[in-house]
Amino acid sequence: MIKIQEAFRNHNKAFIAYLMAGDPNLASSAEYILTAQAAGADLIEIGIPFTDPIAEGEVIQAASQRALRAGTRLDGIFDMVASIRDQMHVPMVFMTYLNPVFVYGYDRFFARCVEIGICGIIIPDMPFEEQDEARQIAQKYGIEVVTLVAPTSASRTAEIARRAEGFLYLVSSMGVTGVRAEITTDLSAIVADIRSVTDIPVAIGFGIATPEQARQNAAIADGVIIGSAIVRIIAAHGEHAKQPLYDYIKSIKDAVAQL
Amino acid sequence: MEHGRFGDFGGLYIPETLMSTLQELAEAYEHYKNDPEFVQELNRLLANYAGRPSLLYYAENLTKEVGGAKIYLKREDLNHTGSHKINNVLGQALLAKRMGKTRIIAETGAGQHGVASATVAALMNMACEVFMGKTDTERQALNVYRMRLLGAEVHPVTTGTMTLKDAVNETMREWSRRVSDTHYIIGSAMGPHPFPTMVRDFQSVIGREIRAQLRQAEDCLPDAVVACVGGGSNAIGTFYDFIDEPSVRLIGVEAAGEGLDTERHAAAIGRGTVGVFHGMKSIFCQDEFGQIAEVYSISAGLDYPGIGPEHAHLHAIGRAEYVPVTDEEAVTAFERLSRSEGIIPAIESAHAVAHAVRLAKEMGKEQRIVVCLSGRGDKDVAAIARYRGETLYD
Repeated sequence: MIKIQEAFRNHNKAFIAYLMAGDPNLASSAEYILTAQAAGADLIEIGIPFTDPIAEGEVIQAASQRALRAGTRLDGIFDMVASIRDQMHVPMVFMTYLNPVFVYGYDRFFARCVEIGICGIIIPDMPFEEQDEARQIAQKYGIEVVTLVAPTSASRTAEIARRAEGFLYLVSSMGVTGVRAEITTDLSAIVADIRSVTDIPVAIGFGIATPEQARQNAAIADGVIIGSAIVRIIAAHGEHAKQPLYDYIKSIKDAVAQL
Repeated sequence: MEHGRFGDFGGLYIPETLMSTLQELAEAYEHYKNDPEFVQELNRLLANYAGRPSLLYYAENLTKEVGGAKIYLKREDLNHTGSHKINNVLGQALLAKRMGKTRIIAETGAGQHGVASATVAALMNMACEVFMGKTDTERQALNVYRMRLLGAEVHPVTTGTMTLKDAVNETMREWSRRVSDTHYIIGSAMGPHPFPTMVRDFQSVIGREIRAQLRQAEDCLPDAVVACVGGGSNAIGTFYDFIDEPSVRLIGVEAAGEGLDTERHAAAIGRGTVGVFHGMKSIFCQDEFGQIAEVYSISAGLDYPGIGPEHAHLHAIGRAEYVPVTDEEAVTAFERLSRSEGIIPAIESAHAVAHAVRLAKEMGKEQRIVVCLSGRGDKDVAAIARYRGETLYD
């Protein structure tokens, strides 16, 4: 299994690309994961669609709905990832809500992750206070549970950072996922707080879309995460998103790689 | 009680952006619930504004018709704004004020909680925005206008199934965008800690009054208390004071829609499984992959795929019973109570009445059932007319 730390090796500023499995269909998702890798993404976050994604803005909500309407099911996603794992040289993690994992069964879910080469999981509705149940089982399989930190985490930031695995997902601003014109949070201060207690890499996500935003945020952290902007390209081009997706991801990677 | 657990259920499963806010809320609630000034002010509002205590009414005509146990109605429908929702809204709005919040947001299904929130916001001079599924804004158009009249802004929610569950999603999202001046008044005994505990406490006045009133009337405890359950706030408010009285049967009535053998119902305990959603571990209608099901009930207030975590716990330990009532049974009870007692119940509460009638027949004449009549039925008249084939629009 390729581990999360590979994405941050040699102080590489990591570009983490998110896409929704099954949008517009699973065959396209497999193609787009490989495209993202070829264009320079250092880590791929694969979204598992959920009916009620409360941390997502409109773009990813709509992608979730499209994927579910296209008949995407968890077993199909596992098979899709398994079909490309031999071609992958960057790490892959899942991002989803707790219920699909809980209902499938933690043991069964994480055992499947290991089989198909998934090395970590991000669950936005599982704050670190509620992680123990899932984390004990994930650890047994060597799956890292990535935790989020928000501008409002305040006194909880140090505690979260101390227990972090893989990387810390720093939420750039309040609200849900989605492209923002401007991010006003003092992220450098939060990154400094985190670095005072842990060496785990910090990646900034929520609201980043342009190469300039990616460069600015990567400069103060160890990486950036882009979701909605990628999902929007796939929404616009459907099964024919390969080239625009490649061009976009390459533009972000180039911006981040200058650092 | 760490993170608000009820046995295996409850907890605090919410995005990180809201965690500090919820922890502050839990601390503020722990503080103010024991603050004599806060308690006094809340009690004054409950008495002078909401009109408490609500009556415990002996439904003699209905009892005689049915020919079994005595049926009492706890008249939450007589509260200001026409339902039990005001009990919780007054408590939470007062708490929000103490915490320095100036704006409240709320979800609503049938509109009762939205109306109660808009009302109390007007009273307390707070800004109020209500999120309501677009489908529900259409079937409860009168309540939408009522909220606007009270000064609230109503946002129709067009995501997902456009009903109560999606209204909750959208209110959560809005809260995560703006927490510093805003409190989210969750309307039922559900969601992340501290909501299930806090809402239950604010609603538990219902059961305490039932105990005192029945003691005064007949010097006894009820043999059974019956309440409808969506998220379950009027039910937990009715049950709570009797949990440690093993002689009192606690019965929650779920919406069976077109029947539990169809896909068209909203019976979480009847047909659901354990899951984690809307901030809590509880029981939900969902598929084998943990996708939340589309649920259905004639009652917009019971049209919710889950149930509050304390109910899941009371069910798991066998302390409370949960039974289904279909649309047809509820409508029949709606009509029956209107004719026999001159009381038009909310269609939600009519589910509880329907089961009480069933139950009374099996019980002795010396026994007593108390039904929580959680709301008044004016809002439902047009929908029931349509159900019976009359073209009437409100």
